[in-house]
Amino acid sequence: MSAPLLLQELERGFAALSGRQRDAAGLGAARREQLAAALADGLPGARAERWRHTSLRALERRAFSPLPASADIDAATLAAIPGPRIVFVNGVFAAALSQLDGIDGVVAMPLSSALETGTARDVDFLARRFEAADETFARLNAAFALDGLLLQVGAGVQVAEPLALVMLGAAGDAEHAVHLRHCIQLGDGARLTLCEYQLAATPQAHLVNSLMHLHLRSGARLDHVRVQAEDAGATVLARSDVVLGSAADYRRIDLEIGANLSRHELNVALQGKAARLSASGVLLADGRRHVDTRLQIDHIARDTACELTWRGLAADRGRAVFHGGIAIRAGADGTAAQLSNKNLLLSANAEIDTQPVLEIHADEVQASHGATVGQLDEAALFYLRSRGVPEQAARTLLTLAFCRVVLDGIGNESLRERTDALLSARLLQVAA
Amino acid sequence: MLKIENLHVSVAGKEILKGLDLAVRPGEVHAIMGPNGAGKSTLGNVLAGRDGYEITAGTVDFGDKDLLQLEPEERAAEGLFLAFQYPVEIPGVNNTYFLKAALNAQRKYRGESELDSMQFLKLVREKLRVLHISDELLHRAVNAGFSGGEKKRNEIFQMALLEPRVAILDETDSGLDIDALKMVAEGVNHMRSPERAFVVITHYQRLLDYIVPDYVHVLAEGRIVESGDKTLAHKLEQHGYAWLDERRVPERATP
Ligand SMILES: Nc1ncnc2c1ncn2[C@@H]1O[C@H](COP(=O)(O)OP(=O)(O)OP(=O)(O)O)[C@@H](O)[C@H]1O
Ligand SMILES: [Mg+2]
Repeated sequence: MSAPLLLQELERGFAALSGRQRDAAGLGAARREQLAAALADGLPGARAERWRHTSLRALERRAFSPLPASADIDAATLAAIPGPRIVFVNGVFAAALSQLDGIDGVVAMPLSSALETGTARDVDFLARRFEAADETFARLNAAFALDGLLLQVGAGVQVAEPLALVMLGAAGDAEHAVHLRHCIQLGDGARLTLCEYQLAATPQAHLVNSLMHLHLRSGARLDHVRVQAEDAGATVLARSDVVLGSAADYRRIDLEIGANLSRHELNVALQGKAARLSASGVLLADGRRHVDTRLQIDHIARDTACELTWRGLAADRGRAVFHGGIAIRAGADGTAAQLSNKNLLLSANAEIDTQPVLEIHADEVQASHGATVGQLDEAALFYLRSRGVPEQAARTLLTLAFCRVVLDGIGNESLRERTDALLSARLLQVAA
Repeated sequence: MLKIENLHVSVAGKEILKGLDLAVRPGEVHAIMGPNGAGKSTLGNVLAGRDGYEITAGTVDFGDKDLLQLEPEERAAEGLFLAFQYPVEIPGVNNTYFLKAALNAQRKYRGESELDSMQFLKLVREKLRVLHISDELLHRAVNAGFSGGEKKRNEIFQMALLEPRVAILDETDSGLDIDALKMVAEGVNHMRSPERAFVVITHYQRLLDYIVPDYVHVLAEGRIVESGDKTLAHKLEQHGYAWLDERRVPERATP
């Protein structure tokens, strides 16, 4: 059986990369090996357990150009995202749009620069091999990624201003496959707020495959807001691999409100004693959107805690898929794990799949999970309308209220207001 | 201004209102009393436009409009207000935000200019002062975690802010302590004007000591079976509804 068009085209594109790009930092062999593995195993099909609810059949027949191609972007596009920020356009670092200077105690640079200056130690994470047959996109990322954010926050450094990581898609002469690889490390006791945006500058149908490594050392705290509001034509594959050291505190909020097909995998290893994770998010599947979020939370050390709060909205012919996997390993005694996934089904043709999976192998564990699928409260809707609020506005208000618990978790006030406004504006577009 | 004629309403196949007539003119206060399950809240809900009620016969004119043809939000903007017997808790929707959206939507409907945040807050403060309500309730989500009395006060506050032409108060006095009861009555009396009318649904004559009605009606078995002035409320308080049955000549035998 020959490889699907998607992979064939990428293989051709790999050959068209320059030798300097492929072999930078001595990574040529690793890149080739990961590409070969992706080609050998193909794309995960319906029988791959982790892809059971998300079909790649339509995607595999499409062709994307893997050659980096930036585009000119009006800086006004970014007016709502204050600096400091690092911006990538179609997968390429955009120096003119980025503002990285003046953050004390922080090393921030594009991966492309690190690859050029060739300090192998900075980029050793790029050599990581992905062993599982269904890790096709991670393998493709390993083969192709030439840019991304490298960020190191020194021990004890507390960064006050939120740092924005912006990935913009812009129409060009082709539909691109964009591969970005990010690596973010917080030293002992360091503190940072990161806002990650995946946005469309102009309508396009690119494929964006981003892979982020996050490492929080002892006592570090990261507040992370991610907004995926891509164009309705775009395909987004995002994966975050997180390692938390002892007493590290990771608070993350994801808004998945764009793209045609979006798959997000959040893998967190609570490796150090008393590490804490709070991850919450909103999935919005309207139109014909397919939005899939898959959490795999791994409690390895004792006294670790996770609190997962996700809200799903499905309207029109959209489909929202949520998998909340929590594993509490032997020895991770005293762990507390809590998962809540509530969903609103806003139309009869929409679909929601939710699956909490709890595996416990430790003692003295407090674990709870709950998943519900419901509809807007008719009594509340009538109450609002009886005061004069038009029906559509009342529905939007109630839908936003349903997501409020997630937004309220954003500690930084101006960031919370911006994110709230973004979600409100987006919900106004959702048909009743 | 509000004219209900021969209104028949069924819920889940069961007829609740069976030919109800009521005419409310500007400036009047009507009290409606009646036994549990008589259809008082049904009347309020039907007038406000709630789903789930089948109107099988009758008409309701509101000003020059056919009320039953309007959406709930249009009825509100035309000047109809219902203070709910059981106000709904809406977690996640901020009270102030909601009221500003409601007021401005109504103003827009009527072709009036919308209020900006400053103008709105000024209006809110004015109303709060008159009603002796603390502004703490405003910063919370709509009715969420409010005590029974706080919910009722919030209904009155909304009424004061939205300045309807006809306000229907469905047992706004139930569950109120004596001070809150006075506050509700003051709120209503403060708003009484030759242009505005009230329909006050209550089980207790005591409220009517504070809000003195022009008319008292008894709603029983889906109809207004007795109307009179405020002395009717006293008689009911003394004798109960059975007293009415004895006096009433059945219009037709019930099947
Ligand atoms: N959704 C419904 N389904 C079935 N029956 C209903 C429904 N709503 C109301 N009813 C019935 O209609 C009748 C009238 O109810 P309504 O709430 O109007 O009474 P009420 O006069 O307001 O009583 P109360 O004084 O107890 O508030 C009752 O018998 C009630 O059970
Ligand atoms: Mg009632």
